[in-house]
Amino acid sequence: MSTHVFKPDMPPPVKAVGVLAWMRNNLFSSWLNTLLTLFAVYLVWLIVPPLLQWAFINANWVGTTQADCTKHGACWVFIQQRFGQFMYGYYPSELRWRVDLTVWLAVIGAAPLFIARVPHKVVYGLAFLVMYPVLAYTLLHGGYLGLVAVATSQWGGLMLTLVIATVGIVGALPLGILLALGRRSRMPAVRVVCVTFIEFWRGVPLITVLFMSSVMLPLFLPEGMSFDKLLRAMIGVILFQSAYIAEVVRGGLQAIPKGQYEAAAAMGLGYWRAMGLVILPQALKLVIPGIVNTFIALFKDTSLVIIIGLFDLLNSVKQAAADPKWLGMATEGYVFAALVFWIFCFGMSRYSMHLERKLDTGHKR
Amino acid sequence: MSEAIKQPVSPEGIIQMQGVNKWYGQFHVLKDINLNVRQGERIVLCGPSGSGKSTTIRCLNRLEEHQQGRIVVDGVELTNDLKQIEAIRREVGMVFQHFNLFPHLTILQNCTLAPMWVRKMPKRKAEEIAMHYLERVRIPEQANKYPGQLSGGQQQRVAIARALCMKPKIMLFDEPTSALDPEMVKEVLDTMIGLAEDGMTMLCVTHEMGFARTVANRVIFMDKGEIVEQAPPNDFFDRPQNERTKLFLSQILH
Repeated sequence: MSTHVFKPDMPPPVKAVGVLAWMRNNLFSSWLNTLLTLFAVYLVWLIVPPLLQWAFINANWVGTTQADCTKHGACWVFIQQRFGQFMYGYYPSELRWRVDLTVWLAVIGAAPLFIARVPHKVVYGLAFLVMYPVLAYTLLHGGYLGLVAVATSQWGGLMLTLVIATVGIVGALPLGILLALGRRSRMPAVRVVCVTFIEFWRGVPLITVLFMSSVMLPLFLPEGMSFDKLLRAMIGVILFQSAYIAEVVRGGLQAIPKGQYEAAAAMGLGYWRAMGLVILPQALKLVIPGIVNTFIALFKDTSLVIIIGLFDLLNSVKQAAADPKWLGMATEGYVFAALVFWIFCFGMSRYSMHLERKLDTGHKR
Repeated sequence: MSEAIKQPVSPEGIIQMQGVNKWYGQFHVLKDINLNVRQGERIVLCGPSGSGKSTTIRCLNRLEEHQQGRIVVDGVELTNDLKQIEAIRREVGMVFQHFNLFPHLTILQNCTLAPMWVRKMPKRKAEEIAMHYLERVRIPEQANKYPGQLSGGQQQRVAIARALCMKPKIMLFDEPTSALDPEMVKEVLDTMIGLAEDGMTMLCVTHEMGFARTVANRVIFMDKGEIVEQAPPNDFFDRPQNERTKLFLSQILH
């Protein structure tokens, strides 16, 4: 009997490695690619140096008035001087510590949820979700516990943007999940209600929703009854975005094989337990990119509250740039607003990618 | 109709199906199924594909709904009452062709999920039981892995352990080895044989005729939604009564 001798493992063939090889493979592999590379380099050379000149080299960083700016580059003095307004709107300066404290409480309170070893995360997370909004409202709005009341009409800047976006996200996600489940329900009445809701809110532009909530709604409400403009805007954002979330989540639910539903049912799990323990954890994980996409859109859509006269970050910038003392500073203002929006959106995007990797249990086929 | 064993539907049967009919739209999938299973009995259902054998056992835990007739499992009749359905599902374990493990949970979590949430067992106790059954199916070392990291045979053994963790009175197997690579069939069948030796009431839909011969008390042959023949394995394989059965056996035992 002869024994088969297996061949030993060999290292892969040594192709040229290093920077030059990489460039040859990726940038200059053919005459067309060489041409495109050179063109791209030309474009970069055309755009980047003037931009750097404007934003950094010729920019003015110190001063207090427009007169301190030389006009050769960006006048960041404007941003510096109006920073408070961009962050807090017309929130009284001496009370802005309350906003800061609210943000710090959120950071400190949410931190344990992101640390892997903390036990009882679900219980803690739910408690945080119930307690924090009450705390945040008390701090921001005041009127209780000896805190001076600050009407929501004075809220503004990045703070207002974050308030609307956070409330929108926290409200729209659970509502969207319920709508998605409802749309797939076996009960016709539930299904009809959910489909109607989703199709209605998806069919109207957000700007219309905000406008209606602010202008039309008071006409229908009984005399003397009115509720806060900001609250109405937030409800509008929640209802609007929940319809989008619902459709994203429905996509995830449809991707879960029938066998998963059957296995959950066969062990005696009822509908809510089967959904909550088996189906939704898988479905939501699948649609993280879609959900975060919706959240990013929501975050940027908050700037539409300009239509109902709320001063979010963008509107604050617009208003500051209209100040006669700072005429011609609109570019700096908008660049700054864009940068702030970008940082938040990019942050969300990176976090979602991290979450996807963390939740991956290697079952992708 | 040539039924080798005429079993009267008696109250002591742990499963009783009486005149069960089922349709998919116009298609009559189950025709007047009468089946009585005693506690501890091991039954193999076989037949060509589309003969209704899977549908029959899926009716027993209401994954499929029957439209006529009576099904009583462990003294509880299957009706539209969700409470009754869930009561039966607690006592009936099921193993699927495609395993259907929950990919987002570890092997151990797969096994403790139902005991903790359905039986309200404390986590520690549930994990103890899960480890006991994982040892029985000889993969305790995989407890903290995810299903996606296991071979098909291992996954199916986990699926059996997961069902056993609920301490069911009846186990249903729906073609448990059909999706496996040939070299993994034996490890799953061995696990099932072990289970049979412990006296579990089992209903198996399978094409593994060797398994049927060694394990079953009774082999049921179905075709076109009807029970055509049922007999103890020796009679069934060596002296089939029905033409249709003979043809099927000649096709399956080369």
